[in-house]
Amino acid sequence: MTNSWTDIKNTDLVIIMGGNAAEAHPCGFKWVTEAKANRGAKLIVVDPRFTRSASVADFYAPIRQGTDIAFLLGVINYCIQNDKVQWDYVKAFTNASYIVKDGFAYKDGLFTGYDEEKRDYDKSTWEYVIGPDGYATVDDTLANPRCVWNLLKEHVSVYTPEMVERICGTPKDKFLKVAEMISECSSPTKVMTSMYALGWTQHSKGSQNIRSMAMLQLILGNIGMRGGGMNALRGHSNIQGLTDIGLMSNLLPGYLTLPTDKEADLETYMSTRGFKPLRPNQMSYWQNYRKFFVSFQKAMWGTAATPQNSFAYDWLPKLDLPGYDMLRAFELMNQGKMTGYFCQGFNPLLAAPNRKKLTDSLSKLKFLVTMDPLDTETSRFWENHGEYNDVDPSQIQTEVIQLPSTCFAEDEGSLTNSSRWLQWHWPGGTPPGEAKNDNWIMAQIHMRLKELYRKEGGKFPDPIVNLDWAYADPNEPTAEELAKELNGKALATVYDTADPTKVLAEAGQQLPAFAALRDDGSTTCGCWIFSGCFNENGNNMARRDTSDPDETGAYSKWAFSWPANRRILYNRASADVNGKPWDPSRKLIEWDGAKWAGYDVPDIAPTAKPGEVGPFIMNPEGVSRLFTRGMMRDGPFPAHYEPFESPLGNLVAPNIRGNPAARVFKGDLEQFAETASEEFPYAATSYRLTEHFHYWTKHVHVNAVLQPEFFVEISEELAAEKGITGGGWVHVWSKRGSIEAKALVTKRIKPLICDGKPVHVIGIPLHWGFTGAARKGFGPNSLTPFVGDANIETPEYKAFLVNIEPIAGPVA
Amino acid sequence: MFPPVPNPSTGPQNPKFGENDLMRRSASSVTPPAERQTEVAKLIDVSKCIGCKACQSACIEWNDTHPEIEENTGVFENPHDLTPDMFTLMRFTEWENPETNNLEWLIRKDGCMHCEDPGCLKACPAPGAIVQYSNGIVDFVHENCIGCGYCIKGCPFNIPRISQVDHTAYKCTLCSDRIAVGQGPACAKACPTQAIVYGTKEEMKKHAEGRITDLKSRGFANAGLYDPPGVGGTHVMYVLHHADKPEIYAGLPNDPRISPIVEAWKGVTKYAGLAVMGVAAVTGFLHYMVNGPNRVTEEDEEAAERLTGDRSS
Repeated sequence: MTNSWTDIKNTDLVIIMGGNAAEAHPCGFKWVTEAKANRGAKLIVVDPRFTRSASVADFYAPIRQGTDIAFLLGVINYCIQNDKVQWDYVKAFTNASYIVKDGFAYKDGLFTGYDEEKRDYDKSTWEYVIGPDGYATVDDTLANPRCVWNLLKEHVSVYTPEMVERICGTPKDKFLKVAEMISECSSPTKVMTSMYALGWTQHSKGSQNIRSMAMLQLILGNIGMRGGGMNALRGHSNIQGLTDIGLMSNLLPGYLTLPTDKEADLETYMSTRGFKPLRPNQMSYWQNYRKFFVSFQKAMWGTAATPQNSFAYDWLPKLDLPGYDMLRAFELMNQGKMTGYFCQGFNPLLAAPNRKKLTDSLSKLKFLVTMDPLDTETSRFWENHGEYNDVDPSQIQTEVIQLPSTCFAEDEGSLTNSSRWLQWHWPGGTPPGEAKNDNWIMAQIHMRLKELYRKEGGKFPDPIVNLDWAYADPNEPTAEELAKELNGKALATVYDTADPTKVLAEAGQQLPAFAALRDDGSTTCGCWIFSGCFNENGNNMARRDTSDPDETGAYSKWAFSWPANRRILYNRASADVNGKPWDPSRKLIEWDGAKWAGYDVPDIAPTAKPGEVGPFIMNPEGVSRLFTRGMMRDGPFPAHYEPFESPLGNLVAPNIRGNPAARVFKGDLEQFAETASEEFPYAATSYRLTEHFHYWTKHVHVNAVLQPEFFVEISEELAAEKGITGGGWVHVWSKRGSIEAKALVTKRIKPLICDGKPVHVIGIPLHWGFTGAARKGFGPNSLTPFVGDANIETPEYKAFLVNIEPIAGPVA
Repeated sequence: MFPPVPNPSTGPQNPKFGENDLMRRSASSVTPPAERQTEVAKLIDVSKCIGCKACQSACIEWNDTHPEIEENTGVFENPHDLTPDMFTLMRFTEWENPETNNLEWLIRKDGCMHCEDPGCLKACPAPGAIVQYSNGIVDFVHENCIGCGYCIKGCPFNIPRISQVDHTAYKCTLCSDRIAVGQGPACAKACPTQAIVYGTKEEMKKHAEGRITDLKSRGFANAGLYDPPGVGGTHVMYVLHHADKPEIYAGLPNDPRISPIVEAWKGVTKYAGLAVMGVAAVTGFLHYMVNGPNRVTEEDEEAAERLTGDRSS
């Protein structure tokens, strides 16, 4: 989230699209209820199904899954055509005025530089014109036809309300009503918040779905505002923490990136991470990258990381590919190239796409280790559970080691929620049986590996034997010790760079915040964005002070919000060019003539003068981007692409199938149903239900009572057409697999008319498996295609094709 | 937001009401307390409810019940009905509003309404099995319950359920055990959107007014409070967007009243019945006085042996 859960109470308009907050985030949804009840805020829901969120919405509009970009670019087009633009904001705080290189163009669904063979772009033209002064060229009048604004205007012009209706199946009057309600928030005193989740991410163009809304929010001037922002509702109590800490194959903590094969030494690595400002006076905060990186290396390897060995740069793995994401891992297993798999708090047999491929892949492993508080399906992938897991154990040689771990309520530590709040928690119960906490398990594995490397040498022992492991009990580092390491400490006295007589931290002290980080090896910090969470003031994550001066919703003394306890990102943009709040009733910070001050920690240097330094300090431009240059694989503007399996061809680019830059493995392409397939005529989507949390709560009796058995949802029209009755059994199959389920026939799903043709939607919730208290069932992943988002490889779970028929029901 | 009921201290507390506060007791007469306790109420704002069933799970956990894991029968109600182990149930109705042509998904938390004039209590023949406290809570006392099921017949909302295990009737207690020590009902505590709030009946009515104003501003011209006068008002009330048609909310009665049979039974019939019983007793006594005690004849013995068959041999 750019903002926080508590800030949603400040909004005038909530749009829930690409998510179902009332269903999947019922506790956070309370802030929507507050905004509605106390401010008279309105709620719009755009979804293929009439959801629980829709049940309390002021306006609901249906949309075909996988067409969000067409819808949102349609809204942007509407705002431009009807002059519903927060012009002062757009001109000052976005790159609307930046001139784009001459070669860049978009035609027939493709941007300049496409290589069909590689399914990738040469992105060299996706860039600004750089002037002789080394800065990007701008035209503040927006008259230049090559400026971002004019390119955008042209790019979105095809998404007329009529085109939106044809692609999305959203009736034109409903689309126009939504567009009108949204466009009103272009006023500086009206603010919209966007709440989204996996309904946007789980597509082959998930990142661009989110970008489309981010662009709309910039055009309306809603980023950095109280009650505004782009608010990703994280699906797990600590999934924000997972990304922050860099648990992705290509990331290091704090959104630093792992080196690639081509970056053989530290200076080469740093050469593309200098982030020189693209406009005069800009902070371009990533210029401090080296400080974050060196401090991380010091946290990893302590005294063994020295200036002489480039702070142990050689000990970091170097990527030969863009990333080893979950899909690639299973592809490699399936090819027999990955033979061991550690599965910590993860149940891929139900969470990854194309279940049959997963079972085949896991069956080829030499060993599988699972660390989980629950008896997961993945741990039992080899066990026959009739039709629910139809395998022959005698044919599977994989050795499975199950390590029972504690659950969050049985151990101490912090969880980072959607609001970026690191909240400390204490054990509420004792773990059952032999369950051990993850720290202990990881430490045991490390200690044994280290011992083996010491004794036997091996190919490359250095990163393991030199790993800094200075914990009071090396066999079980405590949560506090690890948290302190993430915050960072001074190894030598750290002085203020502006005033060298001022000491920021004495040697051995915890660092106050990331501003104290140095690139000479005198500081250590496990995750720079978390710095400040556990400083000399103590454990700030454990703070439980609910005071909130003037009820702004900031709650600045509750827990710790990264970065720097800032509650609303880009809050400098809540004030105009001169530093006065756009809306005095929504003041966050203000320029008082000498410095920035207010309710929140300023997201800018406190003395950076307004008019000189732009509010988007992480960008070298100092402004936000409507055009993302070469930073995304699939284009600097979003464009409508159909899902890889779609009931409809691409109406704006008929020759393009799926997202042209999405990675597709060879064997998987043949497993996609063809466009407008007669064999698989129905558009399926998958989702959560409020009664359950993923595949966990089916192990709990109470949750199993509240939603006992797997089902699929279909419209009354489709039920009538196929002779399906509510509560009866159905067989649903895709090109990759099949499931059996109870049918729930509902008015909440209606056939959509897309380009004149009815599209039936089938909804498939995801909470059942073959272990636990609830009735045995299937998950949607038995059906879903093995393809992910072009940028981050999140699987396309939200849009795929199936067929359905009534059946007599499984033989008992 | 309505200020939530604060967490109570964890030390031992004296109950705030008890036997002395009984206003009614089934099949027995009590002397009502001289002064009524402040009436309490739970307000369920259907327009804020997201159907998450947190109330159901809190109810199961607080009351430590163990409902069965049922099948899916093509609906969202789980369990499928109120049961002796499930005192509250979210009922889901898909309603197409004929005025707007829009679909509305009406979700109502069903359960005991804690009527001011409780039909269950009036129908109950077991002394002390159902009681009503002066704060308005209607509670079942299981050791006095004989499992006859009359309370179900007496209830205009079809709420109580008889357990097949201990053959006594169960329903929502309004968490009388929590309220007695200053806590709100478990369901209200668990509700994430404050669709369920708890306080004095006056506070609840006032809070409802604000909600109704908000709903009217959103185009729900008939928004209103459900506090049916036919049962003297209730201590569980609803805010409905369409208060003019409560029946669209999974059959919420439009004008609930205690069944005339129960009223008659507890009214005229009761006295008539007592009179009949009295007459019968008097007749029996006179018969004895005139004819003397009954004797067992030989024919009687033979008839009895025929009836018991082989068992006697």
